[in-house]
Amino acid sequence: MPEPSSQKIPVTVLTGYLGAGKTTLLNRILSENHGKKYAVIVNEFGEIGIDNDLIIGADEEVFEMNNGCICCTVRGDLVRIMDGLMKRKRKFDAIIVETTGLADPAPVAQTFFVDEDVQKNARLDAVVTVADAKWLSDRLKDAPEAKNQIAFADVIVLNKTDLVSKPELAEVEARIRGINPYAKLHRTERCKVELADVLERGAFDLDRILDIEPDFLEADDHDHDHDHDHHHHGHDHHHHDHGHGMKHYHDEEMQSLSLRTDKPLDPTKFMPWLQDLVATEGQKILRSKGILAFAGDDDRYVLQGVHMMLEGDHQRKWKEGEPRESRLVFIGRELPEQAIRDGFERCIVS
Amino acid sequence: MSEFDPGEVPSIASMTDQVRPVPLGMAVSAVHFLGDTAHFIGTEENVAVVSGEGEVSQTPVHGGAILCSVSDGERIVMGGDDGKLVALNAKGEVSTLATDPKRRWIDNVALHSDGAVAWSVGKTAFVRPAKGEEKSFDAPSTVGGLAFAPKGLRLAIAHYGGATLWFPNMAAKPEFLEWAGSHHAVTFSPDNKFLVTAMHEPALHGWRLADNRHMRMSGYPGRVRSMSWSAGGKGLATSGADTVIIWPFASKDGPMGKQPAMVAPLQARVAVVACHPKDDILAAGYSDGTVLMVRMEDGAEILLRQNKGVPVAALAWNAKGTLLAFADEDGDGGLLAF
Repeated sequence: MPEPSSQKIPVTVLTGYLGAGKTTLLNRILSENHGKKYAVIVNEFGEIGIDNDLIIGADEEVFEMNNGCICCTVRGDLVRIMDGLMKRKRKFDAIIVETTGLADPAPVAQTFFVDEDVQKNARLDAVVTVADAKWLSDRLKDAPEAKNQIAFADVIVLNKTDLVSKPELAEVEARIRGINPYAKLHRTERCKVELADVLERGAFDLDRILDIEPDFLEADDHDHDHDHDHHHHGHDHHHHDHGHGMKHYHDEEMQSLSLRTDKPLDPTKFMPWLQDLVATEGQKILRSKGILAFAGDDDRYVLQGVHMMLEGDHQRKWKEGEPRESRLVFIGRELPEQAIRDGFERCIVS
Repeated sequence: MSEFDPGEVPSIASMTDQVRPVPLGMAVSAVHFLGDTAHFIGTEENVAVVSGEGEVSQTPVHGGAILCSVSDGERIVMGGDDGKLVALNAKGEVSTLATDPKRRWIDNVALHSDGAVAWSVGKTAFVRPAKGEEKSFDAPSTVGGLAFAPKGLRLAIAHYGGATLWFPNMAAKPEFLEWAGSHHAVTFSPDNKFLVTAMHEPALHGWRLADNRHMRMSGYPGRVRSMSWSAGGKGLATSGADTVIIWPFASKDGPMGKQPAMVAPLQARVAVVACHPKDDILAAGYSDGTVLMVRMEDGAEILLRQNKGVPVAALAWNAKGTLLAFADEDGDGGLLAF
């Protein structure tokens, strides 16, 4: 794994619905013999059985930024805690922020993009969501918070797989994929997961956006859900032929939307369109990610975003023989799919 | 201080050769004078006490990060992430004033000229008067900053959505000054007429206390982390921009409808400001390590420290205004006697 490009301290956000196993994973991370020291920001003292003087209690105070953008919320207590932690920055290697089971991960993530001082010292590494294999399907029906946490995740630790049958497991995985096909998914018992699979992921690092492909455990045809047109749903289509018989769920509320073209995009059209899109629909868009090929530009352009916050940069030269294909994905709530597709189409150089 | 007048020299006057270098050997976040002795506050555990001869000795005060510190010239009171509120006096005596039973962080601290001390833990602000019993107040959200009013036992508590004015010895309901956003550091004008907070956004907010009229002071590129009242409270000098921004407070309307003075522009962000206690002079430390002394009247500058790359973190005058101490974040310090 490459060294992170900067000296900023990586921050892992650990979410998961009540009882899914967040504390188990946290204890596992802290007790494993990895030679690293973590500062841990928790909501409940005392749950962690590990002796660590860098466990800090937080209050989960979410507030709106005074910039007129109502979805631009940050965690005020985190700003304060990060400030204090930076006084001891030589004493730890990474930070883990555990949220409550009912928390929306967005304000935590946005704190690391909005606050200048926080941004100077720390970088968001990944949002890791622990999900309960037995109960997640139910929670996705009755708990919007659980759905949010799945949609937002870069890594999903599907825990307690020993408590469900194979068909139940397939069911819950399909439901997760109906919401978020891009997160790395790990099936675990008692959160037994390789730490490298949850830490130092660089999920928000523009340099590490290599491809944007759905993560399916047994790799299959990656095309099946890229064209998420509604008329494809509800009847068999080709991906069902690929062996493992995975069901395809479409969550009515939360879904991902994938756009792709092998024709170059016009940056003078694309950038204003995307900025306008996140400005108007940013509340619905939880995550966005893109690899873009612009007309007359030999560099790959990569971008990623959380709600209304977008960051993008030229990443590297397109390689010889590498298809100059643009990919843009959104995960969000009640996304205006056709309008987004039409808008994207209009940015293609004709 | 006419001997420091740079006059009409084209290049900036310099006093860097008169600075006594003070290698502190630890990361530093602030400096306070007790008498004529500079006390540099480490980011963790220790205070570095610098004698007149420039000898550095370290005094352990906390078992972790030192999160906040304040001084009245007699003692320094500090809060730490070890949950302790600790005082250090000029004799070098360390005493623990309070210990949080849950070892929560002591985030903010304030001192009153009569000896009262205030501190905060999360949402709760505590006051221990010079005489009488300790009292506490729960703010609606995490306390961002504390300040005692110059007159009476009155504490300003900054938090999300505004600031609260609390008279700990009175039964009256605390007064809530509302302004949307998150408020951090807070300060009263020395004449007790204005309250100013540094916000999470790059702006200050002020209230005229007679009628609670609002004053918005914005336009900063970065968050304001350092505020200092000039001699007599005529102006409030602030960090956060690539010049020192000084808001006028001499008239009864304060800065309402007025432009601030901007002095000492540099290709770096002002990190910390300290006004001279008697004269209209200030010292400013920058994000690139530069320290300048500036005459407010005309902006004339004297270079006290070259840019060395690391941001200035600590800057203070002694009470008489005859000594200036400064240090960068890495603990490369200096003392200058006038």
